[in-house]
Amino acid sequence: MIEFRDVSKTYPDGTHAVRDFSLQIPARQITVLVGSSGSGKTTLMRMINRMVDPSSGSIEIDGQDISQVEPVKLRRGIGYVMQNSGLLPHRKVVDNIATVPRLTGVPKEQARTRALELMDTVGLDRALADRYPSQLSGGQQQRVGVARGLAVDPNILLMDEPFSAVDPIVRDELQQEVLRLQSELAKTIVFVSHDIDEAFLLGDQVVVLAQGGQIVQQGTPEQILANPANDFVATFIGADRGKRRLSVSPATSRGDDRVLVDAGGYPVGVISAPEGRLAVADAGPKSRSVSNKTDQAGDA
Amino acid sequence: MNWVWIGSNLGLIGGRILEHLALTAPPIVIGLVLSIPLGYAASRSSVARSVLLSVGGILYTIPSIALLVLVPVTLGLAILDPFNLVFALSIYAVAIMVRSAADAFASVPKDVVSSATSTGYSGWQRFFGVELPLAIPVLLAGIRVVSVSTVSLASVGALIGIDQLGSFFTDAFQRSFLTEAIVGIVAILLLAALYDVLLARIGHALTPWTHQQSAQTAVLRLASAPVGGDS
Amino acid sequence: MNLFASAIAWILDPAHWTNGPDISAHLLEHLAVSGLCVLIAVVIALPIGIAIGHTGAGRGAAILVSNVARALPTLGLLSILILLLGIGLLPITIVLVILAIPPMLAGAYAGVESVDRQTVDAARAMGMTEWQIIARVELPLALPLLIGGLRATALQVIATLGLASAFAFGGLGIYLINGLTQFDFTQLLAGAILITALALLVDGLLAVVQRFVVPRGVAHGRSDPNTPPKRTPARRRRALQEGMQS
Repeated sequence: MIEFRDVSKTYPDGTHAVRDFSLQIPARQITVLVGSSGSGKTTLMRMINRMVDPSSGSIEIDGQDISQVEPVKLRRGIGYVMQNSGLLPHRKVVDNIATVPRLTGVPKEQARTRALELMDTVGLDRALADRYPSQLSGGQQQRVGVARGLAVDPNILLMDEPFSAVDPIVRDELQQEVLRLQSELAKTIVFVSHDIDEAFLLGDQVVVLAQGGQIVQQGTPEQILANPANDFVATFIGADRGKRRLSVSPATSRGDDRVLVDAGGYPVGVISAPEGRLAVADAGPKSRSVSNKTDQAGDA
Repeated sequence: MNWVWIGSNLGLIGGRILEHLALTAPPIVIGLVLSIPLGYAASRSSVARSVLLSVGGILYTIPSIALLVLVPVTLGLAILDPFNLVFALSIYAVAIMVRSAADAFASVPKDVVSSATSTGYSGWQRFFGVELPLAIPVLLAGIRVVSVSTVSLASVGALIGIDQLGSFFTDAFQRSFLTEAIVGIVAILLLAALYDVLLARIGHALTPWTHQQSAQTAVLRLASAPVGGDS
Repeated sequence: MNLFASAIAWILDPAHWTNGPDISAHLLEHLAVSGLCVLIAVVIALPIGIAIGHTGAGRGAAILVSNVARALPTLGLLSILILLLGIGLLPITIVLVILAIPPMLAGAYAGVESVDRQTVDAARAMGMTEWQIIARVELPLALPLLIGGLRATALQVIATLGLASAFAFGGLGIYLINGLTQFDFTQLLAGAILITALALLVDGLLAVVQRFVVPRGVAHGRSDPNTPPKRTPARRRRALQEGMQS
C-alpha cells in the first residue's frame, strides 16, 4: 500500500502544485489519478519514486517512509512507464528492457533471457529484439516501455499517461493489454491520465483531481458514474452534456451486477460483483472486473 | 601600462579605431546581404545546401594571411590597398553567414509558409512578408557572430601593412612595448561589444513580436491612457 | 591559375622535401603543436561542457566567455603573451588553447543538451545515478555534436597556428611569412594550400570518426551524422531560445 500523508509541493516561484494531499493507494490494484493539466497528477505520481520530493508531508510504501530510502535504490524497485516511452534511442529493444537488471548487476545473458520473456509477456514479437526504438511503431515502443517497467518484477508500476501519444485503435489494444497483464501479475499500479474514459476502463479506484491536487471525488468507476460528487465531476465526466460514453444502465442491470452502456444505449460491458455486492474503494484487494466487447472471454 | 603614451597618442588611437570601423562595417553588411539569397537557396534545395556549405567550410579554412595576399594577386590590386582586407573579410563573413542564413530560413515554420501561400501571397510577397521577417532572429544570431569575428580578424591586416587597430600588435612586438598591444586588444573588444549591442538593438526593433513583455506594457499603457484626449 | 600551378609544382618539388627543415618537418611541427593545443582544450572544455549540459547551470557564463574569446584577436594575444613570456612554444600554446576552448565547450554542452530530456528523465526514473546517466545516456547520444565541436576546434587551431610563424614559430606558416617578406607569392600560396589541405585532411578523418561513433539507433532517426561543426552556435542559440520559452 502506498500512502500520501498531508503532502504539499510548492515550487520556488511560489506555485502550489499540490496542497495537503492525502490518499491511500491499495496494493495489487490499479489506481488512476485523473485530472486536467495543472491538477498535479503527474507531480503526485513522481513523488512515489522520488523524482519529485514533497515540500511537506510524507509518503509511505508498506509503512516505510520513502524519504528515508535512497532515491536511486527506490527507483530501481519501482517500474516506470512514460508517455513517449523514454526508451534509450541508442540501445536495442532487448537491451532497453534489460537496462535496470543490468544496472543492478544481473549477468548479461540472464538479463537478456528475462527481457525476451518479458517481450512475450507484453505481446511483442521476439523478432523485434534487435531493433532500435526508432524502428518501432508508437504502440510497439509503448509495449517495450511496459516491458522495461516490469523488468525487475517490481511490486509497484507507475504509468504516466503512457498511451496518450498513440492513436485510438492502438490505445484500445494497449489498454486491454494492461488489464490482461494486471489479471496475471496483480501489481500495484498507479496510472496517471487526463482521459476519463481510460480512467473508468482501467481503474479499480479512480481519483478525480482538480487544480493543486485537490481530490474532488474518489471511488470505483461505478460509484463516480452513478453519483458524481458535484458539478465539477459531472462536467468532467461529461454526464451533464450526455457526452459520457459509458454509464450505468439501471434498466438492464440485474441483481448486483451493473451493465455499462455507451451513449447510444448499447451495452458495452458488465461490472460484476461476484461476492454479491459492489466493491467499494476502501475494501482492499477485490475481484472487480470489467468485461467488454473486445475482451469478453477473459473475465467474470 | 604606460599611460603617458596613451595620453599623447589619443589621436593615433582614435584614427585607428575609425580605420578599423571603416574596414569592418562593409564586410559585415556584405556578408549579411549576400548570405540571404544564398542561405535561402540552401534552405530550399539540399544540393544547393551541401554545395554552399562545403564551399563555405573550405573558404573558412584558408589561413587569413594567405587570403589577404591572394586577393590582390588574383584581382590585380596593389597589396597595400585596404580594399583587399575588405574583400577577404567579406569572404569569411559570407562563409560563416551562409550556414546561419540557411538555418534561419529552415527555422521558419513550414505551416506558416504554406498558409501564406494558400492565402494568396505571391513568391516575392511571401519572401519579404513572411519568410524573411521570421528568419530574423536566427539571422541576427549569425550576424552577431560574424561581426565579432570580423572585428577580431581584421587585425591580421597589420601583417601586410594595412593600418588599423591590429597595427598596434605588430608595432608592440617590434618595439617590445606592451602598452600598445593592450590598447589594441581593449579597443578591439570594445568595438566588438559596440557592434554586438548595436546589432542586438536593431534586431530587437525589427522583431516586435518576439518581446511579449514590452507588448503587454504597451497595451497597459494604452489602456491607462485617457481616451481621445491629448490634453 | 598559373600561380596555382606553380604553387603545386613548388609543393611537389623534391628539393622542398629533403633539405634541412623541409616541408615534412614543418608539417609534423604544425600537426604536433595543433594536436597538443586541441588536446589541452579538450581536457579543459569537455568536463565543463558536460557539466553545463547536464545541469543546465552556467550556460550564460559559458556563452559570455565564448563570445569574449571569439572577439579576442589572435595576433594581439600572441604579441602580448610573447612580450610577457618571451618567444617560445608556451605563449603560442596558451593563445591557441584560449582560441580552441569556445568551440569545444559549445560542442560538448550543445551535445549533452541536445539529448531528449524525456530520455534522461526516464533514465533517472529507472534508477540510474547521475554518473550513469552521463556515461550511458548523455555521452553516447551527445557524440555526434561533440565530435562536431572537436572538428571545429581542430580546423580553427590548424588554420590559426599559421599566424604564429610571424612570431618565430616554425610550422607551415613559415611559408606564408617567408612568402610575404620575400614577395614570393608562389611560396605563399604553397603555404596556404598546405595548411588548408592539412586542415581539410584532419577534418575529413574526424568526419569519418564522427560517422563511426554515431549510435546505431540514432543514425536514421534524429540528427544528421554529418552535422557540420559550425552549425553549433546557431543550434545552441535556438536551443537556448526554446529553453527559455518553456
